[in-house]
Amino acid sequence: MIPVNYLDLLRLAAPETVVLAGALVVLGVDLLALREVETGLRRLLLLILGAVTCGAAIAWMAAFPNLGNFMQGMLVVTPLTQWVKGGVLALAILTLLLSGGASFTNHWGEYVALLLLSAVGLMFLVSSESLLVIFIALELASLSLYILAAFHHDAPESAEAALKYFLFGSVSAGFMLFGLSLLYGLSGSIDLREIAAALGGPFLDPLLAVAMVTVAVGLGFKIAAAPFHLWAPDVYQAAPPPSAAFIASASKLASFFVLAKVLSVGMGGLEGRAVFGDYLPGWVPLLAALAAASLLWGNLAAIVQTNVRRLIAYSAIAHAGYMLLGIMGGKAGLPALVYYAMTYGFTTLGAFGVASLVRDRVGGDNLSDFAGLSRREPWMAFCMLVFMLSLAGIPPLAGFFGKFYLFAAALKTSSLDLLWLVILAIGMSAVSLYYYLQVLKQIYVVPPPSGLAAAPIPSLPKTVIILAALTVIVLGCAPNLLLRVLAAP
Amino acid sequence: MSDLPLITILTLTPLLGGFLVMGLGAGRWPLARWLALACSFVVLALCLVISARFDPAAGVMQFGERHQWIASLAVDYRVGLDGLSLLLVLLTALVTPMAILASWHIERQAQIYHGLVLLLQAGLFGTFTALNFFHWFLFWELSLVPAFFLIRLWGSPARSAAATQFFVYTMVGSVGLLLAFLAMFLATRTFDFLELAKLGREGALVQALADTLGWRDLTVRRLAVVIFGGAFLGFAVKVPLIPFHTWLPATYAEAPTGVTMLLTGLMSKMGVYGFLRILLPLFPEVMRWLTTPLLVLAVLTIVASAGAALAQRDLKRMLAYSSINHLGYCLLGIFAVLNSPGSASGSLTHQSAALSGVLLQLFNHGLTAATLFAFIGFLENRAGGRRGLDDFGGLRKVAPVFCGLMGIAVFSSLGLPGLNGFISEFLIFQGAFPLAPWAASFSLLGLLLTAVFLLRLLQRVFYGPLNEKWVALADLSVGERALVAPPLILMLLIGVYPQPLLAAVNATVIRMLEGGG
Amino acid sequence: MLAWTIYLSLGTALLLMLLPERREQWARFLALGAALGGLVLSASALFQSAPGSFRTVTRLSWIPTLGIDYHLGADGISLVLVFLTGLAAVAGILFSWNIGHRPREFFALYLALIGGVYGVFLSFDLFLLFVFYEIAIIPKYFLIAIWGSTRREYAAMKLALYSFVGSAMVLVGLVAAFVFAGGQTMSLADLAAHRFPREFQMWAFPLVFVGFAVLAGLWPFHTWAPTGHVAAPTAASMLLAGVVMKLGAYGCLRVAMTLFPEGLQPWGFEWLGIGSWRDVFALLAVTGILYGGMVALVQKDFKFVIGYSSVSHMGFVLLGLMTLQTIGLTGAVLQMFSHGIVAGLLFAVVGRMVYDRVHTRHLDDLQPMNLSRGLPFAAVTFTLATLASIGLPGFSGFVAELQVLIGAWHAYPTLAVLTGAGILVGVAYGLRALQRAFFAERRSCTDGQASGSARGAPAQPPDSPAPLEPISFPERVGSILLIAASLAVGLYPDLLLKYILPSFNAPWFDGLRGGGLP
Repeated sequence: MIPVNYLDLLRLAAPETVVLAGALVVLGVDLLALREVETGLRRLLLLILGAVTCGAAIAWMAAFPNLGNFMQGMLVVTPLTQWVKGGVLALAILTLLLSGGASFTNHWGEYVALLLLSAVGLMFLVSSESLLVIFIALELASLSLYILAAFHHDAPESAEAALKYFLFGSVSAGFMLFGLSLLYGLSGSIDLREIAAALGGPFLDPLLAVAMVTVAVGLGFKIAAAPFHLWAPDVYQAAPPPSAAFIASASKLASFFVLAKVLSVGMGGLEGRAVFGDYLPGWVPLLAALAAASLLWGNLAAIVQTNVRRLIAYSAIAHAGYMLLGIMGGKAGLPALVYYAMTYGFTTLGAFGVASLVRDRVGGDNLSDFAGLSRREPWMAFCMLVFMLSLAGIPPLAGFFGKFYLFAAALKTSSLDLLWLVILAIGMSAVSLYYYLQVLKQIYVVPPPSGLAAAPIPSLPKTVIILAALTVIVLGCAPNLLLRVLAAP
Repeated sequence: MSDLPLITILTLTPLLGGFLVMGLGAGRWPLARWLALACSFVVLALCLVISARFDPAAGVMQFGERHQWIASLAVDYRVGLDGLSLLLVLLTALVTPMAILASWHIERQAQIYHGLVLLLQAGLFGTFTALNFFHWFLFWELSLVPAFFLIRLWGSPARSAAATQFFVYTMVGSVGLLLAFLAMFLATRTFDFLELAKLGREGALVQALADTLGWRDLTVRRLAVVIFGGAFLGFAVKVPLIPFHTWLPATYAEAPTGVTMLLTGLMSKMGVYGFLRILLPLFPEVMRWLTTPLLVLAVLTIVASAGAALAQRDLKRMLAYSSINHLGYCLLGIFAVLNSPGSASGSLTHQSAALSGVLLQLFNHGLTAATLFAFIGFLENRAGGRRGLDDFGGLRKVAPVFCGLMGIAVFSSLGLPGLNGFISEFLIFQGAFPLAPWAASFSLLGLLLTAVFLLRLLQRVFYGPLNEKWVALADLSVGERALVAPPLILMLLIGVYPQPLLAAVNATVIRMLEGGG
Repeated sequence: MLAWTIYLSLGTALLLMLLPERREQWARFLALGAALGGLVLSASALFQSAPGSFRTVTRLSWIPTLGIDYHLGADGISLVLVFLTGLAAVAGILFSWNIGHRPREFFALYLALIGGVYGVFLSFDLFLLFVFYEIAIIPKYFLIAIWGSTRREYAAMKLALYSFVGSAMVLVGLVAAFVFAGGQTMSLADLAAHRFPREFQMWAFPLVFVGFAVLAGLWPFHTWAPTGHVAAPTAASMLLAGVVMKLGAYGCLRVAMTLFPEGLQPWGFEWLGIGSWRDVFALLAVTGILYGGMVALVQKDFKFVIGYSSVSHMGFVLLGLMTLQTIGLTGAVLQMFSHGIVAGLLFAVVGRMVYDRVHTRHLDDLQPMNLSRGLPFAAVTFTLATLASIGLPGFSGFVAELQVLIGAWHAYPTLAVLTGAGILVGVAYGLRALQRAFFAERRSCTDGQASGSARGAPAQPPDSPAPLEPISFPERVGSILLIAASLAVGLYPDLLLKYILPSFNAPWFDGLRGGGLP
């Protein structure tokens, strides 16, 4: 029995603790002090409280950069995980502020608390290298997200989407647990590094293959990679926009990070090779297949979408394909992956923000509802332009550099074995420009419908969107701001 | 004054004059007309100055100017005059004022019309004096553009097709020419005519082509023929040689009279000039290999065009074919020179006779044809655009002066002794008979046919019963007489005393034979 | 200072975006100011630089993790093309002075495009080059989709997708080259000096070359060009044909050929007489020359004639590149310049002078109008532009085509002859368009109103429609600017040749030298 130093634990898990405490405070304040307050103000106060909590956690991480490994992988804090957690928290803040003008619920205390709780789950997910903690954190985050997805009080589609999300999620969690148990059984350890040491060697045990596949299925569901993406379009379209944005951004960032960790740390040495005609079983071919499927399915299905949020959902599936390339990039791919997932998070969050504003104004978020947005809301239109072009990978926006870095890393690590996949990815990104331009065409080219009453848009979401766009531009023009720390040895 | 760049001034005067005239604006077209005429006379005076200062005995390029122009392509601006050039420059300076006067009745956009005529003249001067392919080609093409617009905008009803045909055909030739010269540049890294001629004379050009071009598996000889063929095409279309002539009748017929004078009097000379200045010095060997087919072409041109002229019902078309026919003699002379059996001293005499004939024929034909077309123009103006062979008849009765003066031009054209045409054609045949007897003999047939159709022209138009329609036809006005008088006088003068002209070209001919022939 | 061409354009574009919407006149003058600034900067940089020198304008470490620099520089080729961009930009603004629909955004996008183009020509780090290359795609889309005419949305999308697919191919090649060279540099000089394995070059070269050549209108990837040019508003077609197509050709030369020179070497086997990628592309280039010309010959829409003529003319550029002779390459660069000027002029006449006034571009409709009467200035301009376009000596196109042909004689004599035929086709369609659009007869009343109907069309025949709006001052200035540029270069080509020619001595062309570059 190893003695547990709880002070160490607290020291390393301080940011998580802060957020958790914040969630409780939010619930408490809401229950005790804000019952009688008018909804708008109440919403504002709670959201700000949530945001401040996350900000405090970030500040804590910045002020006390405690690094360490607690109990053999139970909690591993490295600069990289700090940054990823920072990213999760930043996205949480933006999500909270994005809800500033929303009216999909009256239970703001619960909403904010759940959001913070899911952030806690994601943070633990990022910083753990233990199978057990990973699974628990994943479930914590997922359960919160299921509820967040269902938070639309008067939209049955929201509940339906959440149910779908829940059912798929549970099944995949089952798969994942099965896979993790197999891993434990084969290696006798729950620590990823020890598992890697125990499993070492190029030979692939059939049971190990099963474990690998089931883990991939479980996490593939979280990252919405084809063919485990079926929940995504519905959830993205029907969930309250901020929830959807959080699911699409922060949850994805953390899930990708953990998938990368499980595979490259826990199964280092079992990469295999994914070259045509010279195939070697391992997780790289597995991911390559997933990535190829996601790229094709996501991009091709997005072309025919008429709803912008659904379109973003399919594009998210496609982007999962790009990010899988980063995982295949191994150690060198990790910074690229994190950079990509983070900037992708900001981008997609901003896009959801614009979509929700349009929905509030026009009453829908179909493509045609965006017609003439540039005449009505030039700033929002411009932000949407930035988001769409970044998603399409047009320089100098973050999406372009992200792709470039991912491809370079994947090619470098695999010594050009993955060239076919890179070519597919780049080719598909050319396809993707088509549907992103469809959105932009509505915004800039099509004249606005007549008779749309002018109404002020809430300033908080607007600020968030502009911030997100700025981030995308700045990180695109000066990627070194983030790279310097991500790629630091 | 001796170091003035006379040739450049000669070229620039009409060029600037042309732009000036065009810039006058539609409102002042009468002034434009006068200005154009004045400009052409200034140019004529300048030409006379140049010919006075020309040293006929030298035989080399005179009034030379040379300036570096495009260093990276080794292009120099290099001009010069020898007897051949002088003759053509003089002809140009003579015919242009005639053309301007013959177009005096044109009032629609007259400023543009006369401006274009002057530009055309500048192009011709440039072509006849350039010694570097680059700007030679520039002027060669420059002359094409005004000609195109002159035909296109002021021609007879079917002008559109004619102008296009003219332009495109000539461009076909030009492209061939361009390609050939580019190949030569690639082989020799020079565009300079004199340097190329030197290489051509030494036979180095053909070898250099073979060395650098290496086109599939063409032999040295075939390759040279192909390159020669490109250049040949350019000149053959311009002259034109049958079968490259199809653009000509329509063009000459549809162009306004003044322009037809320029076309036949001057622009067709560009082709022959090309043969003499470029093909002969650059490709002596190749041309000697090909003498027989070339001679066949020349004979074909002479005979077929005369035959075609005989069949024409339109006076302009008839003269157009006659023009082809006359230039055919020039080519006969040139090709015959190549057919010399050896370097026997006897053949040199024949050669120089033929070549002198060719040069003289250039001048004479320019003068005669332009005058003839001027007459047809007068007739057309009077008859409201009619110019059919059978539209007239008996005009001698109402317009005796017209008949008489035109008669002189017609006889000059068919080579009546005592007139200028006889001298040159006689010289050509005198040289060609010993050198290429069969070709010369066949060509005599052309001479015969020419006489037939020209006499028929005179007969149908001026003799016979007077066509009632033309009872009121006016005789030549004073202005018209003034226009045709100088060339007619020149025709007579050269006919009886060709010595000065022969002297001017003699040294050049000798040099050409020594160098290239 | 040269870098300010980029910043000035992009900065003004941003400024215009922020300008209040009603300040339309300000927008025009601001845009013109920025373009003029760019022209002055580029011209002074060109004429002050010593021929043959390369100079670095700015070099900063940008993304040190990947060894990517912000490296702007200029050699003679860049300078010439930057100068062209400056000219085309000014002319384009002059010819779109009358834009009334969302002018602020129009000029903003226009300048953004110009800024991207400047950037491409000045980038000597391939990552940066690619960034600018892609920046240019999006404004094109909007310029056509918002302000265009015939089937604009289709054309805009087609153009955007073609460009993007092309750049995707380039990206594959660049990423692969980057990784192959160690992943530590994207500098052009370093990558060009790196000897990539032959097998790699053999597939990377065609990939990158075609990727760029899509934008240069390489047959059979040219189909975006005619539709795009036709649909685009005048200024955009001027830029598209004038400058953007040059981006593609520039990329072929600057990136594909310098990085992967061995890709031009023979494959080692022959099929139908084709033994290398070089043969393939030379053949495609000549096919483009002929095909573009032939198709232009049968077009009914005036602008389509010009659109296809661009395809034909860009064939000369690509053929010049494939000759691998210094003279051919020089000719290719000069042809880029020349075509940029001339195509701009042609589009200006068709789009602005003619279409904006008579509202038709159909040659059959234009024929009875006999526009040489109504619009004499347009007629003269178009005549000169046509003459320049068909390669008449004295205009810039002639010197360029001449050099390309000399190079072609050396490398591909047969193709040189075919190219000659292409010139003839060019003459044919040029004359056809000229005659049908401007000089067609109005049979009944040709001679009736014989005199006095030249300038300003005071003497319209009674049955004719209302007098056409006279050619405005900006249009005159723009036309004269472009004609003067073409003539100046045509008459004194050393003006540009002395900068272009020594540029090929630069170390990054070393790889080509084995292939025939002396």
